[in-house]
Amino acid sequence: MNPRRIFLNLSVFAKGYLRSRVGLFFALVFPIILILLFGAIFSNSSSTTVDVYVQNQDHNSAMSLRFLEAINSTKAINLHFVSPSVGNLSKWLGANDLSDGLVIPAGFQSDYYNKTPVVLTVITNPEQTSTSGIVSGVVQGVANQFNLQRANGTQILSIQPENLPTLGGQSFQYIDYLVPGLIGFSILTSPMFSMVNISSEYKKEKLFRQLSLTPLTKAEWLTSTIIWYILLTVISTGIMVAVGQGAFGAKVTLSPLMLPFLILGPILFTSLGLLAGSVSKDPETAAVIGNIITFPMMFLSGTFFPVSLFPGWLATVAHVLPLFYVIDGLNAAMLYGNVAVTLTDTAVVGVLAVIFFAAAVRVFQWRET
Amino acid sequence: MTEVIHLQKLVKDYGPLRAVDGIDLSVQKGEVFAFLGPNGAGKTTTVEILEGLRPRTSGTVRVLGLDPWTENKKLIHRLGVIPQDFKFFEKIHPREAITFYAGLFGKKVDADSILKQVQLEDKATDWYEKLSGGQKQKMGLALALVNEPELLFLDEPTTGLDPQARRSIWEVIRSLKSEGRSVFLTTHYLEEAQLLADRVCIINHGKIAALGTPEDIIQEHGKGEVLSLQAAPRLAEYLRTKVDLPVRSENHTVDVELSTNADILRVLNLVEQSGIPWTGVSTRRDTLEDVFIRLVGKTTESGDLGGAGSGGLK
Repeated sequence: MNPRRIFLNLSVFAKGYLRSRVGLFFALVFPIILILLFGAIFSNSSSTTVDVYVQNQDHNSAMSLRFLEAINSTKAINLHFVSPSVGNLSKWLGANDLSDGLVIPAGFQSDYYNKTPVVLTVITNPEQTSTSGIVSGVVQGVANQFNLQRANGTQILSIQPENLPTLGGQSFQYIDYLVPGLIGFSILTSPMFSMVNISSEYKKEKLFRQLSLTPLTKAEWLTSTIIWYILLTVISTGIMVAVGQGAFGAKVTLSPLMLPFLILGPILFTSLGLLAGSVSKDPETAAVIGNIITFPMMFLSGTFFPVSLFPGWLATVAHVLPLFYVIDGLNAAMLYGNVAVTLTDTAVVGVLAVIFFAAAVRVFQWRET
Repeated sequence: MTEVIHLQKLVKDYGPLRAVDGIDLSVQKGEVFAFLGPNGAGKTTTVEILEGLRPRTSGTVRVLGLDPWTENKKLIHRLGVIPQDFKFFEKIHPREAITFYAGLFGKKVDADSILKQVQLEDKATDWYEKLSGGQKQKMGLALALVNEPELLFLDEPTTGLDPQARRSIWEVIRSLKSEGRSVFLTTHYLEEAQLLADRVCIINHGKIAALGTPEDIIQEHGKGEVLSLQAAPRLAEYLRTKVDLPVRSENHTVDVELSTNADILRVLNLVEQSGIPWTGVSTRRDTLEDVFIRLVGKTTESGDLGGAGSGGLK
């Protein structure tokens, strides 16, 4: 392996890639479109009503019911009632994987009549800025109205905001899974689709024959293309994390534990793509073989939906797909911070990457016989 | 003289098909050697074996003293190759291609002077896909030159090019020869071989049909002087009954192959006696093309053998 030749081929490969633009669209733009699309479909949007769990500690007094009726009439909030016997509401919400709540304190009615200040507790999830804003806004608005009616605006009812206790890494939103899933998606698809095409097209156009007339070796050629896909993967990962966090508040963190997957993933799938292209007679067959390999992996490895939601038999299928370990590892690194799982998945992906790289260098032929 | 190419009993089978059937060949340093044959004669297979692009079935192959299949990566530094229908990356322009190629060989080159040498300097920054057929071929030639090769393989470098582009490639080949480099040239154009080559090898059905300088080949396989008359085919019929010489008739032209100079007068006397009207008399000698036709079959017009099958003798 000669680093100078690898670098030279990398620069020529990159120029061809950037100038044709199609690859770049699929590598960088397409995953972002998917994030925006799936994020918009599945995240709570502000136009829908928010579920708020009310704990009325004032024994359903007439005034408390009037207050709740006023909130209900805004149509922005869907009220559910929780018995005071459950105890601390925010703990109860956390335990039940819910986020927004309102506590009406005991003595609400008498204090209101007596113009004694009353504190309403509004519990929201600070990470869900859109819904928490709606809940505090509506409750505050209704409270202001009541203050105005009773005391010419003197503050009787006030709001005590309370954050939902941290969820201990157990409760994630769809968008949180979507970001690592789509990073995996792009680790799979951007090298697979272009390598299948490139390797069969180069064979047909005799470009490999041309390269075989130079000192460049097969392993050097494959290495330089892998480096290119690693660069693309790192860039697209950065963009996807930024879009996920910026547009949907995805709770993903950039962790050095992600790195092995951003490097080993492209090694694995660039080699696999080259293998698929090499064993095919012509570009058409190569495309079919490429799709047969890529599509099941694309949908069943936890890209669009977490594998934990799959029925048992389908989850078993997912476990034989190499991409599953990439996405599982990325989830562990970016969501749970689970080092042990990351290391196991790194080992699995690493072994597969070495096997596929060696197989590709062996099977793929520059020269004809 | 040093031998740059040595072939002994070269055989190549593709499954049951024997493409090359025992070729013995030797090319000397500094020679321009033309390799001719109809399509399917085994030309490209032989060249690809010499270039190290294909393994042989049996026989001895030495190129610059090396085995081109097993010692390919060593040999490559000393060879320049334009494969048949040369292709390159579509979105790379000639200057980048030359720098890239030279870099792979570990050479620093002046891309512009190479572009000038192949007369492609005005297309230095046009993407390969935008170049014409002739310009692509010139870029191929430029790439074959970056490592200052001792031996060049040019596989049909002028096929499909216009006459001007062909001439500029011929110029490059001549300048390579003057620099002492050896050139192994395959071509469809007999005129090209006759103009450029020191020696010519004609192969057919995987075997050598003729080998030597163009003059030697014409001498050996040509039929000497031919007398041509513009006349009706019945003149040919008449002559066939009177003389023991081969007579052909085609397109209102009657050709008589002469064995001695005295035959001219004898034939003309017979023509006069026949009373058949004729015009335009001339004599000519066989060209390499005539010999080629005789050895391997028909050519299409203008000496391009592109459509020629491996048909039998005419």
